[in-house]
Amino acid sequence: MINYENVLSQRTVGIKPSGIRKFFDLLDGMDDVISLTVGQPDFVTPWHIREKAIRSIEDGKTYYTANGGMPALREAIAGYLGRRFSLFYDGDNEIIVTVGGSEAIDLAMRAIIDPGDEVIIPMPSYVCYEPMTQLLGAVPVIINTKNENAFKLTAEELKAAITPKTKALILPFPNNPTGAVMDAEDLKAIAEVLKDTDIVVISDEIYAELTYGKRHVSIASLEGMRERTILVSGVSKAYAMTGWRLGYIAAPKEITKQMLKIHQYAIMCAPTASQFAALEAFNNADEDIEYMRAQYNRRRIMLLEGLETIGMPCFEPKGAFYVFPQIACSDKMTSEEFCNRLLYENSLAIVPGTAFGDCGEGFARISYAYSVKHISSALERLEDFVKKIKK
Amino acid sequence: MNLLEFLEKDSRLTEKELAAMCEKEEGDIRTLIDKYERSGIILGYKTVIDWDKAGREYVDALIELKVVPQRDYGFDELAGRISNYPEVKDVFLMSGGFDIAVMLEGKTMREVALFVAEKLAVMDSVTSTSTHFVLRKYKSDGIVYKAPKEDERGNCN
Repeated sequence: MINYENVLSQRTVGIKPSGIRKFFDLLDGMDDVISLTVGQPDFVTPWHIREKAIRSIEDGKTYYTANGGMPALREAIAGYLGRRFSLFYDGDNEIIVTVGGSEAIDLAMRAIIDPGDEVIIPMPSYVCYEPMTQLLGAVPVIINTKNENAFKLTAEELKAAITPKTKALILPFPNNPTGAVMDAEDLKAIAEVLKDTDIVVISDEIYAELTYGKRHVSIASLEGMRERTILVSGVSKAYAMTGWRLGYIAAPKEITKQMLKIHQYAIMCAPTASQFAALEAFNNADEDIEYMRAQYNRRRIMLLEGLETIGMPCFEPKGAFYVFPQIACSDKMTSEEFCNRLLYENSLAIVPGTAFGDCGEGFARISYAYSVKHISSALERLEDFVKKIKK
Repeated sequence: MNLLEFLEKDSRLTEKELAAMCEKEEGDIRTLIDKYERSGIILGYKTVIDWDKAGREYVDALIELKVVPQRDYGFDELAGRISNYPEVKDVFLMSGGFDIAVMLEGKTMREVALFVAEKLAVMDSVTSTSTHFVLRKYKSDGIVYKAPKEDERGNCN
């Protein structure tokens, strides 16, 4: 008999399963649960975008494209980044079209990280950075961002985490799960710390279009930062295109050249129909973004007001589509206990903050990628539960 | 979108929900709706029902009327008279090959045919009628006729 313990990669076996998965598994098979857990838009991809993909299939455009993506699409991405974020990249040599932002993160990390390198990861954050680092035999260095700093990464925290082995800083803002944003001033302080080092920023800006108030600023647009930044993003959140699996990476050509090697061996190219859809999105869908953002913003305000009424303190998140309130409890209940009881007793699902790092203890992630009606019924359940446990 | 557009899509949204969606206070929403109702901007609220699914026997028809407009009144008087019948759902003045479109609901085709023959065709200024029966509804009042969609989004991050 084969012994799988000898078969499996020790590095892979050593990776912890995602904490958020564990919570979602509880949800399966439960009836009448109102859920505020989903991390993707509730909008359907705008029709004119879908139509372009359908047309491409009808026209028989079913081939591989160039490895890095269709030249026209890379050009469109370059145009989009210039138009929306004052970022200037050469479509031919500095942009790769990827299978979602996820592949882009993988490429960025694999292109620059060697075993033993240290990767600084602010938490709470999206769940992939730490395990990806471990898969490369590198060392995750976690910075726990704080509620009192509105979950921003501060220059002091960064400085304290840097060692001679530091290779990269992951900068995941606007942030999932907290909704925190880093504005130009915050980023300048970070840039100041990095400017005389060889540390590369992997800036995950997948939520860049979803900020409420000020426009998102990319760290790559600050003086001296373009040469040390790998920008990772995609169409998923901005255009409600999660299922298309289409992202991109923009970086100096020296790094892009290396990333392209990995991409061509591992992936070949992003799906062609998705590339046609994305081409339409980048060229003709700025208005769709505005429409969806306005809807998210209303829900955000409604949710924050609701939480205030219920008595769950929450800093004002200015990005993504999540709020990250403190769980309200009289006794010492953990986030997981709170969310499990809320689920079993009041049939409302929200994600325990600890699914996004140990420092998420005491918090929960609530998504507002849901209709106003859905959110208002959910708030009623949350209020009932909090009243009950506060007694 | 503004208050009226939200209400047009879903008139059952509560004042609280509308307040959130329009970024206004609940009190302002109440005042505005009140104003719209009194001034006849909001004319009524109704529900879109798939009567096929509910099992009711009915038939809808579109009737095209050609009309000689009346002196002094134009088309208004005739349109007003037609609108008085409760079985008439819509009355529109049209451009093109005919003048007035009437949407009508009856229990049977015969009932509709009789209504056209006895009520509409005999009106003084009506010169001809043409009746088209609706065979199947796919979308009406902006709502597509299909089962409500479940939230199929995967919980994957």
